Amino acid sequence: MDFLGVIQLLDSSLRLATPLLLACLAGLFSERAGIFDIGLEGKMLASAFFSAAVASYTGSVWIGLMAGIGASLVLAAIHGVASITFRGNQLISGVAINFLASGLTVVIGEAWFSLGGRTPQLEGAARFQEITLPFANAVRDVPYLGPIYADFLSGHSILVYVALALVPITWWVLFRTRFGLRLRAVGENPAAVDTAGVSVVGLRYAAVMICGVLTGIAGAYLATALSAGFVKEMSAGRGFIALAALIFAKWRPWYALGATLLFGLLEALGNRFQSLDLFGIPIPTQFMQALPYILTVVILAGFVGRAIPPRAGGEPYVKER
Amino acid sequence: MDETLAIELRGISKAFGPVQANKDISIQVKRGTIHGIIGENGAGKSTLMSILYGFYRADSGEVFIGGKKTEIPDSQAAIDAGIGMVFQHFKLVENFTVLENVILGAEDGRLLKPSLAKARKLLKKLADDYEMDVDPDAIIEDLGVGQQQRVEILKALYREADILILDEPTGVLTPAEADHLFRILKGLRDEGKTIILITHKLREIMEITDTVSVMRRGEMTATVKTAETSPEQLAELMVGRKVLLRVDKTPATPGAVVLEVENLRVVDDRNVERLRGIDLTIRAGEVLGIAGVSGNGQSELLEILGGYAKGTGVIRVNGQQIDITGSASDARTRRARGIAHVPEDRQREGLIMDYRAWENIGFGYHDDPKFNSGLLMHNSALKTDCVDKMERFDVRPPDPNLAAKNFSGGNQQKIVLAREIERNPDLLLIGQPTRGVDIGAIEFIHQQIVALRDQGKAILLVSVELDEIMALSDRIAVMFDGRIMGERLPSETNQGELGLLMAGITEDAA
Repeated sequence: MDFLGVIQLLDSSLRLATPLLLACLAGLFSERAGIFDIGLEGKMLASAFFSAAVASYTGSVWIGLMAGIGASLVLAAIHGVASITFRGNQLISGVAINFLASGLTVVIGEAWFSLGGRTPQLEGAARFQEITLPFANAVRDVPYLGPIYADFLSGHSILVYVALALVPITWWVLFRTRFGLRLRAVGENPAAVDTAGVSVVGLRYAAVMICGVLTGIAGAYLATALSAGFVKEMSAGRGFIALAALIFAKWRPWYALGATLLFGLLEALGNRFQSLDLFGIPIPTQFMQALPYILTVVILAGFVGRAIPPRAGGEPYVKER
Repeated sequence: MDETLAIELRGISKAFGPVQANKDISIQVKRGTIHGIIGENGAGKSTLMSILYGFYRADSGEVFIGGKKTEIPDSQAAIDAGIGMVFQHFKLVENFTVLENVILGAEDGRLLKPSLAKARKLLKKLADDYEMDVDPDAIIEDLGVGQQQRVEILKALYREADILILDEPTGVLTPAEADHLFRILKGLRDEGKTIILITHKLREIMEITDTVSVMRRGEMTATVKTAETSPEQLAELMVGRKVLLRVDKTPATPGAVVLEVENLRVVDDRNVERLRGIDLTIRAGEVLGIAGVSGNGQSELLEILGGYAKGTGVIRVNGQQIDITGSASDARTRRARGIAHVPEDRQREGLIMDYRAWENIGFGYHDDPKFNSGLLMHNSALKTDCVDKMERFDVRPPDPNLAAKNFSGGNQQKIVLAREIERNPDLLLIGQPTRGVDIGAIEFIHQQIVALRDQGKAILLVSVELDEIMALSDRIAVMFDGRIMGERLPSETNQGELGLLMAGITEDAA
């Protein structure tokens, strides 16, 4: 593979890593506050559907994005009410949200568009267009640095840059602001926050809602930037991969970037090398495409070091007695 | 309106379901004093103070702070009213630094940097004023409990608390650390702060408080000046009848060696060596008391002797070596060798809280043919056995069908004791026999331990209560950091010397 081939591979890795990164940061906010969220998948799917559907009706991808975030927020609110207010089991609530999203998107899609669960193909302003960064064409001929800038960094939709910008922003919010200190504390020891006179419930809702917004963007990216329309089950387990990346990243923003880029790279490899000969042994396509999922299993089985989750994670806060 | 009162509570009541934790409680606390609140476990002390701190809401009653009627719907209101609380179980974020814990909830603005800088300065000043040295950048989980407690006090002082409530503050401290804490508290009082000290230890009340209030079963039974009362009188007020504070026992008559331990080592699952070469022997008819601050290897010692931890070294019971590494090393084979075990944490290791008393009474002895036909349990035999044991151990209420969780701490302990003692073991391991047990039951449990010794059994007693170790033991071994620091005879030592050993200081070093 030549240099340009590598650049193309990286370019496609970044594209594919973006929804994972957004969902991973979403999960990071929620889990750092002590609310486990396996409903990332469902929220992404719902957002993908509603953003595509609304973008297709209105012809505006931005209104579509808002609709996607709105749909994701509704599901996040359900998760919040179930797990914070009613102190229910967070896993069960998450599973319910995944089923709900999986079923509703197809049923509503069929009712609205009669395309077998799809939405119509998005075109023009109904889709996020690729942005060419300044001077991209001018510097393309500079050896090495030119293609890296013009073909790898430039030419993505705005949401890719939003996702990348969210990494330092998330880090800054978590570790440099009062809100971040309290958010991390509530995921470690909610009683400490409560006795310090800060509302545990308020903080946790805030975290779950931020999670809703970010998964909303992730879902909209899937349907209106990466593809041109919604397809049944198009999230394809990305919510779960994002969770695996979150564990791999030890709940840290910069590590999350690294982890999701790795998953993106594996997915890009799978797409590019449909058939591969390794020292004369043919590697089947199916294996290549299963790579991200295999890594997920490996990470979740705990082969990659010890990851210590936030200590109060998954447990509803109940005062003693 | 009385300006000299820091706090006045009038007619506070609070119920948790059917349990009336506080009944019509009224109390006045003078400004600039140390006010003790004493009572048995479950008397309602902590509940009362949690209400004052806004952690619980009272069903009825009024709170006056500095003479003004004050509503305390949540902890923020209590903090605003100048109240700080140090809970028995610290409310610290373990992987945060000291500084972060101190400012949490009391930050100055949206950004952390200025708050942290300001807190660092103030912390330094407070540390100098009250000799409370704590490294502001240390991570909480790396600190000892004494230091963690100081962080809690600093948290309250950082919020400019005038009234400081401490709930059982010395439970986890060595005697030296407790003395240091008392010096800090006296210093704070002399600055004009008001301190409320909740405890069940009479000695602390006598040592440090100016006034003491006694609670019993959710009611305030008396408030007296400490100088005008005595431990005996307070104990009687707490329990409602005369109690024997000392244990009557004759000198031991040790017989043959029952337990021999040589170079015993245990490594925990985080690869930390918890026992670093323990040697000890116990003879028939004697009580060996293990003193020490909790977390210095006592639990691991009980676990490996009881058969549910593995390690290296030699353990001999009645001269026969037992397997402590292989697959045959479990609690069942230990029992077969004549070792009975009353675990430290009776609610987690000694009983299944949702099971009934009669179901609990046979645990560990299920394969006894008396209870078991090979396929079916003889439930009626278990029940009969349970009724019999409940009677002899004075378990109240004597109802075998009641779930374990519905008995009081003392009666739960009696159920475990009855089960283990009645198997007629050669060696009884007993951990924290009276933790969370009321004074009346403590008396009974202590008598049972002495009686068992007098029958010629060997007893290993582990307790963090130094008074209990002194009262019951025939020999005392002090553990620190997985080692035995030394052995003493109770008649030839005192709390001061044991306290130093508990802190890891030997005579040569001191």
